Amino acid sequence: MAYKTIIEDNIDVLVAGAGLGGTGAAFEARYWGKNKKIVIAEKANIDRSGAVAQGLYAINCYMGTRWGENNPEDHVRYARMDLMGMVREDLAFDMARHVDSAVHQFEEWGLPIMRNTKTGAYLREGRWQIMIHGESYKPIVAEAAKNSADKVFNRVCVTHLLMDDAKENRVAGAVGFNVRTGNYHVFKAKTVIVGAGGASNIFKPRSVGEGAGRVWYAPWSSGSAYGLMIDAGAKMTQMENRIVLARFKDGYGPVGAYFLHLKTYTQNCNGEEYESKWFPGLTEMVGKEYLDTEGQHLSHKPIPTCLRNHAFISEVNAGRGPIHMVTMEAFQDPHLEEIGWHNFLGMTVGQAVLWAATDVDPKYENPELTTSEPYVMGSHATGCGAWCSGPEDVSPDEYFWGYNRMTTVEGLFGAGDAVGGTPHAFSSGSFTEGRLAAKAACQYIDDGKADGINVSAKQIADLKETIYKPMETYTVGRNEIVAGSVNPNYINPRQGLDRLQKMMDEYCGGFGVNYMTNDKLLKIGLKKMKIFGEDLEKVAAEDIHELLRAWELKHRFLTSEAVFQHTLFRKETRWPGYYYRGDAMKLDDENWHVLTVSRRDPETGEYTMEKAPCYHLVGDDEE
Amino acid sequence: MPTFVYMTRCDGCGQCVDICPSDIMHIDKTLRRAYNIEPNMCWECYSCVKACPHHAIDVRGYADFAPLGHSVRVHRDEEKGTIAWRIKFRNGKKDMELLAPITTKPWGTAIPQLGNESAPSQEMRDSHLLFNEPKYIQLDKDGKDSLHTLKSNKLTLKAGVYY
Repeated sequence: MAYKTIIEDNIDVLVAGAGLGGTGAAFEARYWGKNKKIVIAEKANIDRSGAVAQGLYAINCYMGTRWGENNPEDHVRYARMDLMGMVREDLAFDMARHVDSAVHQFEEWGLPIMRNTKTGAYLREGRWQIMIHGESYKPIVAEAAKNSADKVFNRVCVTHLLMDDAKENRVAGAVGFNVRTGNYHVFKAKTVIVGAGGASNIFKPRSVGEGAGRVWYAPWSSGSAYGLMIDAGAKMTQMENRIVLARFKDGYGPVGAYFLHLKTYTQNCNGEEYESKWFPGLTEMVGKEYLDTEGQHLSHKPIPTCLRNHAFISEVNAGRGPIHMVTMEAFQDPHLEEIGWHNFLGMTVGQAVLWAATDVDPKYENPELTTSEPYVMGSHATGCGAWCSGPEDVSPDEYFWGYNRMTTVEGLFGAGDAVGGTPHAFSSGSFTEGRLAAKAACQYIDDGKADGINVSAKQIADLKETIYKPMETYTVGRNEIVAGSVNPNYINPRQGLDRLQKMMDEYCGGFGVNYMTNDKLLKIGLKKMKIFGEDLEKVAAEDIHELLRAWELKHRFLTSEAVFQHTLFRKETRWPGYYYRGDAMKLDDENWHVLTVSRRDPETGEYTMEKAPCYHLVGDDEE
Repeated sequence: MPTFVYMTRCDGCGQCVDICPSDIMHIDKTLRRAYNIEPNMCWECYSCVKACPHHAIDVRGYADFAPLGHSVRVHRDEEKGTIAWRIKFRNGKKDMELLAPITTKPWGTAIPQLGNESAPSQEMRDSHLLFNEPKYIQLDKDGKDSLHTLKSNKLTLKAGVYY
């Protein structure tokens, strides 16, 4: 192979993927590891990488204890309610008690945060959200990471973690390739913090053809957080908990500011309020603890996002679609109208382009909404990810094994989408998780836990062969045909992605089947996935760019397999509106008020599933 | 909406190639100018549009749902700390200009070098505090009680179904 092998040795903290989580990790690691070697590997350019590349118009996780607004436990209770109980509350509490210090530093670094002119406090969009002019959120935060890191390897796609050959189940670094030069990069590291992203594009998207990139979560969020960690044998949790978003149709423009700040609301095609009529039936499905139709307004508990989706989906299925966002009232106020447009320009420009293209002026027309295809991630209103240790002073025994945010693989840490059970972290919470992981990683090294790591030359050579295999497959098979993309020896990454999306959609509860699946469908899907896994050994890459797509596809595949396994394991419908188990349409607290935990054996590929207890924060007096 | 590049404005400098998060802006080897090699992996994030020094990159709405004849242009200025947008509708009835700040500080000047900070004490290491904490949690307070714990907030974690 003509590509060079470039070895970066003696790394203390390797950050694999530097979105908000990874930049937080790199930034903070320098403080606890003055003389430690901190290195970032990122498949794009950290100035514009990750889910915040485009910018954000709000920070969705800010307690405001400074202004006496919320305590961390308030946020935990909110996240618990929204996720139908399934939250790692130790991790969520820990994130929430630190998150404000991250936000206050962002402001100091130059991020424009809007203020309430009357109180001087940050301008609230909702109870947890504050409004920002965040076009340059990512470049600003990236500067902080660059100041802390010894080296930043942009355009290096990390494909695998290196494992210690001296001690079982201990991480030893990572490998990948440069998507420009094609060179093979080896990072030998004492700890790895996975800051890579969750998964878009694993379920068939509603958009077709050219528009297939117009997904809600960034198309470059390739599930690499899960692909890397699952492949290393780390335990995962809540991978069934995919999220479906109710958003502006086609452009997937955000609705948070519209609902919370502009006070817009939804109605069906006849101009009627529709949500409440679905609630009595929903209460029967999920129980009064989760949706109390009569008491909800008195208790001021927000209605869980999935249940509002359920009402949306049911109303459309009843033939009263489309659902509209009523903007015509709010947009008469020129100030609110401007905010409505800025909101898109700050984080989903495509929605502004779409409205300009279709002459939709929300001042005179109520735009359509839709429910998206499902996404698998761990930082928005859902909590897929690795099973990680919590902090010593908060976590019960089942949730604690020595180092905060360390996975079940020694020395392997996570942040952001990588950490399971911590929904509602968003950008600021992901950055905070990175900081927590960095402190713990430095401690792990200082405690001597990374001593004696040995990586054999064979492991490095084998991985090199594995990484470039798709190019070899192409070279060998290409000349059997005249031209074109149809070849009996291989499939290309796009063809593979299409196949994955079709399987996920039809068997795992995508939009095409109204988010419905069952035991039988899941088992057929898993059978097809197994064969697809065999075909992925024959994925072909014509060039280095396609090699990037090939590895993204493999990470998406590992993510999807875990989603199948978890969905099959949890025999209940915990989140109606996100997905339905047709063979178990009710929420079942007696058997399933637990977190699901999986492990894929890296040698055999076999999955083992287990239930882990779900702990909740309660007042001392309720003990 | 995938991006496209105007032939006469692009000089092949590669700024867009360098910044694209999706790795889809590449240089055409014959024409030595940039183009979008994979429109169906484009998020319309405008990173390349903003980075182009010649405003050579524009966006045409996704063919499968966006009609032709619209325009959303942008100029991002790090020195001024602003971003300026212009939105034009297909029917010509709306033509909006919008301006927003992108930073409150001269670019890149307000970011700390943690390598220059004094090293954390053993007590700090043994605590659950992060850099700049406890002060930065509540900023205006003295900071002593800023870090919440289960104990300080009179909480406990209990397994089972509790709401």
